[in-house]
Amino acid sequence: MLSIKDLHAEVEGKNILKGLNLEIREGEVHAIMGPNGSGKSTLGHVLSGRPGYEITQGSVEFLGKDLLELDTEERAHLGLFLAFQYPVEIPGVSNMEFLKASVDAVRESQGASAYDTVGFMRRAREACTAVDLDQAFLKRGVNEGFSGGEKKRNELMQMMLLEPRLCILDETDSGLDIDALQVVASGVNAMRSESRSFLLVTHYQRLLDYIEPDFVHVLADGRIIRSGDKSLALELEAKGYSWLDDGEVA
Amino acid sequence: MSQEQIDRAIAKDYAAGFTTDIESDTLPPGLTEDTIRFISAKKNEPEWLLEWRLGAFQVWREMVGPDWAHVDYPEVDFQSISYYSQPKSMEDRPKSLDEVDPELLATYEKLGIPLHEQEALAGVAVDVVFDSVSVATTFREKLAEAGVLFCSISEAVQQYPDLVRKHLGSVVPRKDNFYAALNSAVFSDGSFVYIPKGVRCPMELSTYFRINEANTGQFERTLIIADEGSHVSYLEGCTAPMRDENQLHAAVVELVALDDAEIKYSTVQNWYPGDAEGKGGIYNFVTKRGLAHTNAKISWTQVETGSAVTWKYPSCILRGDNSVGEFYSVALTNNLQQADTGTKMIHLGKNTRSTIISKGISAGKSSNAYRGLVRVGPTAKGARNYTQCDSLLIGDQCAAHTFPYIESKNPTGIIEHEATTSKVSDDQLYLCQQRGLDPEKAVSMIVNGFCKEVFKELPMEFAVEAGKLLEVSLEGSVG
Repeated sequence: MLSIKDLHAEVEGKNILKGLNLEIREGEVHAIMGPNGSGKSTLGHVLSGRPGYEITQGSVEFLGKDLLELDTEERAHLGLFLAFQYPVEIPGVSNMEFLKASVDAVRESQGASAYDTVGFMRRAREACTAVDLDQAFLKRGVNEGFSGGEKKRNELMQMMLLEPRLCILDETDSGLDIDALQVVASGVNAMRSESRSFLLVTHYQRLLDYIEPDFVHVLADGRIIRSGDKSLALELEAKGYSWLDDGEVA
Repeated sequence: MSQEQIDRAIAKDYAAGFTTDIESDTLPPGLTEDTIRFISAKKNEPEWLLEWRLGAFQVWREMVGPDWAHVDYPEVDFQSISYYSQPKSMEDRPKSLDEVDPELLATYEKLGIPLHEQEALAGVAVDVVFDSVSVATTFREKLAEAGVLFCSISEAVQQYPDLVRKHLGSVVPRKDNFYAALNSAVFSDGSFVYIPKGVRCPMELSTYFRINEANTGQFERTLIIADEGSHVSYLEGCTAPMRDENQLHAAVVELVALDDAEIKYSTVQNWYPGDAEGKGGIYNFVTKRGLAHTNAKISWTQVETGSAVTWKYPSCILRGDNSVGEFYSVALTNNLQQADTGTKMIHLGKNTRSTIISKGISAGKSSNAYRGLVRVGPTAKGARNYTQCDSLLIGDQCAAHTFPYIESKNPTGIIEHEATTSKVSDDQLYLCQQRGLDPEKAVSMIVNGFCKEVFKELPMEFAVEAGKLLEVSLEGSVG
């Protein structure tokens, strides 16, 4: 589904990704861990097409398309979703309005008919309940005055309604209390399917107690230096990233 | 979102920029007493009105144009403007829509104006002013049943001279300012509304203005009188074809709300703004003011997206006790447009209240200024004002300014002023695009969200139209 080969990327002239390789097949859950500044968040933004990131080398194929050739919204239309680490506010634009416009745009691009308003509102209310947010949040401005945890749940709600093929969660677990973490985890687990894949970017092993990954990768200095199964995450938790520094970085 | 993308998106065609090929009867350019006599004679006006016009002309000749606004444009040559133009076939005024020039009707259709009654938006009566002449008024009979008078001001001069004479210039005196004096001297047409005592006008009233002829100015004059306890909602819309030269529009609108009356006046202004290099476009120099008597309410709502230069301050004189003034404004400037707009709330009566919500949006290389005066006079015991003034910037080459003037001469007055400036951020656009929205849709959604408090004041049909207009005006502001 996603094939990243020798990816090099820079931001403001600074090399962040330095030859990253990653293969994600349909239905798989991959976790990317790594120390601060290793390029974890950059990877998510490069994949989703944030302006200001320059690809200097390498290729990314997503669902048979050259991802790097596509505009940000075209990547979203293909089914790539990024749950932001710091979701921004859009004052005055209600969540419902935003969700409807967003889902309509994606469905339209895929040749699917738009949901009728009543049907969509029902779906939105269900998603709202699923992420344990009060229905009132649908009427509020997008992320306007939301707490950190509420913003993260709101991201998850958008993900549920958009039904993407590849979900990238950028430190969605950071800043969440244990209850909110469980809500996010159960939301993700409910969405797991044979045709949908996940890329979880996280600092902590804790999230992986709730969402069991198929693969764990360690990113350091812009490259994946170690891959394994979920036991790798536990090992990292016990030994710290410095454990990999000695000679492991080949 | 790169600056380049933003620039590309701001470049946008003016959808109402077609001209209509109609033979017209246009006065040669120039302004003298004879011009005024010609206009007055053409309209078969009574002597007092001619004298009134000539008095205004005297005053105007001794005045100089205002230079305090935060706008910059070459001096207007008043002798190069034609002060009167009427479509030729109007020589014999049409008695009904069937007699209206089909070319003209086609123009209005292009503009999306529901002139034919069967096509009209439910409950909207339209008076259409084309260049200088009021062309047709729809729904007249239905309004007459309620006793509502709605016609062109020229017609009102003939049919209801007492009402016109009593109120004309009572809110905006002839010598009020340079452009008001000019308008008083040369006004060609406009709308007249009278709502009798205790009547709630059964439908929204609407006027549509269009400048078609080259080198013509449009000097319309609108007078709305809401008698005691009556209620009316009025909307005006404006467009002009694309022309390389600047065209002048200097209107005066006077509202009189007698005791317990309510007037809601909404404007959607989409005059041609000029091209991306700032060539052409309308100079929109307008004086709008309402006088509120005891317990009366006057509410101005404006959506200003057009014009090369805008100079406009719809105001309320809150003379009666407990009277209420409101001003809700969205002003959008793009490319090289300049706007200096705001309001004046003059509190004279006791317990008078006013609310000002102003939303300024600047894109391209435009300049957008809010200028507002809140004055609480010595007699205005317990007066209250709340002002909220928000600016939104799109791109990094535009400017937003705020000039609030606050004067309180009564210690019991309470005046609040809040102001914010924000930017459509790259992060907001990125979020929207990541969710599948194209950049133009995203900007329009963000801007609409920013304007929500004002749009909800517009009549329903027009709120939708205003939203679309913003979308069109911003097209090209991102890419």
